[in-house]
Amino acid sequence: MKQSITLGKVTKFMGLGFLSTLKDLFTGKLEKEDFKGFLRKVVVPIASILLFLGLWHLGSQSLYNTEAEFKIEKALNDQGPEAAEAMRECIASGDISCQPNTLPSPAKVWDSYKSLLKDHQIISADKTEFAEKTATLNAKRIAEGKEPIVYTGRPSFVDQIFRSLKTVFAGFLLALFIAVPLGIFIGLSPTLKSAFNWFIQIFKPVSPVVWYLLVFMIVKTLLIDSSEDSSFTISFISVGLCSMWATLVNTAMGVSSVDKDYINVAKVLKLGTFQKIFKVILPSSLPLIFTGLKITMSVGWMVLIAIELLAQSPGLGTFVWEEFQNGANDSNAKIIVAMFVIGIIGFLLDRLMLFVQNTVSFEKTDAI
Amino acid sequence: MSTTIADKKTTGLLENGLFPSNEVMLDLRQLKKVYPTPKGDYVVLEDLNLQIKKEEFVTIIGHSGCGKTTMLSMIAGLNPISGGNISVLGRHIKGPGPDRGVIFQAPSLMPWMTSLQNVMLGVNQVFPDATKAQRNDIAKYYLQKVGLEDAFHKKASDLSQGMQQRVGIARAFAIKPKVLLLDEPFGMLDSLTRGELQDTLIDIWNKEKITAVMITHDVDEAIFLADRVVMMTSGPRAKIGDVLEIDFERPRTRKAVLEHDDYYKYRKHLIDFLEH
Repeated sequence: MKQSITLGKVTKFMGLGFLSTLKDLFTGKLEKEDFKGFLRKVVVPIASILLFLGLWHLGSQSLYNTEAEFKIEKALNDQGPEAAEAMRECIASGDISCQPNTLPSPAKVWDSYKSLLKDHQIISADKTEFAEKTATLNAKRIAEGKEPIVYTGRPSFVDQIFRSLKTVFAGFLLALFIAVPLGIFIGLSPTLKSAFNWFIQIFKPVSPVVWYLLVFMIVKTLLIDSSEDSSFTISFISVGLCSMWATLVNTAMGVSSVDKDYINVAKVLKLGTFQKIFKVILPSSLPLIFTGLKITMSVGWMVLIAIELLAQSPGLGTFVWEEFQNGANDSNAKIIVAMFVIGIIGFLLDRLMLFVQNTVSFEKTDAI
Repeated sequence: MSTTIADKKTTGLLENGLFPSNEVMLDLRQLKKVYPTPKGDYVVLEDLNLQIKKEEFVTIIGHSGCGKTTMLSMIAGLNPISGGNISVLGRHIKGPGPDRGVIFQAPSLMPWMTSLQNVMLGVNQVFPDATKAQRNDIAKYYLQKVGLEDAFHKKASDLSQGMQQRVGIARAFAIKPKVLLLDEPFGMLDSLTRGELQDTLIDIWNKEKITAVMITHDVDEAIFLADRVVMMTSGPRAKIGDVLEIDFERPRTRKAVLEHDDYYKYRKHLIDFLEH
């Protein structure tokens, strides 16, 4: 009993309240009055997901047919009736060589998802094998002061997800450490605010691609002597610079718009500057700072894909781009898998931020 | 300045409503407040003179927007003075300070702190030389006095409006100010809670006897709490219109006050002034 209460609290805390409703349904604890809520929270989303899948399926079917007919038509015009008939049979037989290349159906995407997981298992098995093989050799090389041999094979889809997460977290931390302190200073001082305002207004709308190019110009020169691969550095800095503006603006706004009553209390008690900032101003602007950080996190994740794609830094962006260039039979399906993975991870990151916010801040924010 | 004296018993009063022998705690002289507007200066207060003696409880009553809150925030040092001066024990005030405690209309507690931390915020500031345990004891003592012994560690945001204002009272008394300024502290509460808080306030005040200036809209509250009720004229150029000495014994009980023969005379005087 106690455990279920805490579970319910935790899920609600993270904005995943529907999970506890679902649990209540299976444990038979759902009250009659809750039924409407259950309909709205569980049945309606499931129905809309099914509807979405159905429409997707029908849409992809129709696109598939259009593409197939076009191929047959083309064969008929170019090579005559026999070729057209051969093409029709080839498409019907499901042969990979002549499949129409269009929006994949949900079933195909699911198959690709499974094959990507299988691919990951194969690659990780490979890696473990490689590690075992080179263990003694590497120990010897390290003892001799040489660089150990590392696995240089192709990264799996899952590896690329983790690489992307690493980049986005590095970028997020960069944004946090630049934007929050700067935002506090700007919020506290009207002079600094007018000094920085033009800067913020001009750089805020700059596109991720341009940020990437700017960072590339600078980092390339700074790391000119280094033999290290700079693509990770460039991409995480670009992500950070792109996404920090929301936090900067929100922090400055939160700090400059602290409730006048709190400031009056601080004045009457003659709190020192340090105490005023840490005991009054910062706690009271935490909700707005977190709103900014949440936007930063989601913007960071959004622009990450584009930046990785440009920087050739391994990750989901590169994965999508390579699959697109690859043009293999299941490339389109893999791109859609990546799309869902990106979306779901983005959603989870947002909930993670909400969780941290509700833990730290005095105002409880509900999930939207 | 025309001051009509309501009660025959108070004929010994000077024009400014003060017994000559008593020490003046708070002194407002020729106080003026001007807000510049695009259409020229707007004079809120002018020629405002008020002397409040030590251990006196004064309530201020007047129509909305007449400048009562402006006057109080000027005494608190939160609002600059345009002319004249304010002094506490003969010293001109310069800005806000803990010698003048304020209980605001909204409880103004830091919602992320517990009630104890809220009180400690002031106590730490005023008693920097005391040990942590001593400061804790002070804060807890005043929280107990306002009836919050069970809510030391409750977050301010989890307290009801009435309880929050209790913390506000404890916070103000705990810093042991020379003057206590109350800006309609019970204005946002329902009448039942308001009555309870008036009792709490007057209980703790009877012990501490801190000179108090309180703004109120409530005629009964003004009479029940005060030694003198100061009536302000309507703005602009508001000043003291009338002063009414409340000659009830302390400590007072609500019942005794209501049953006193003079109560309705005082009440009528105040209402006549406000309706005038």
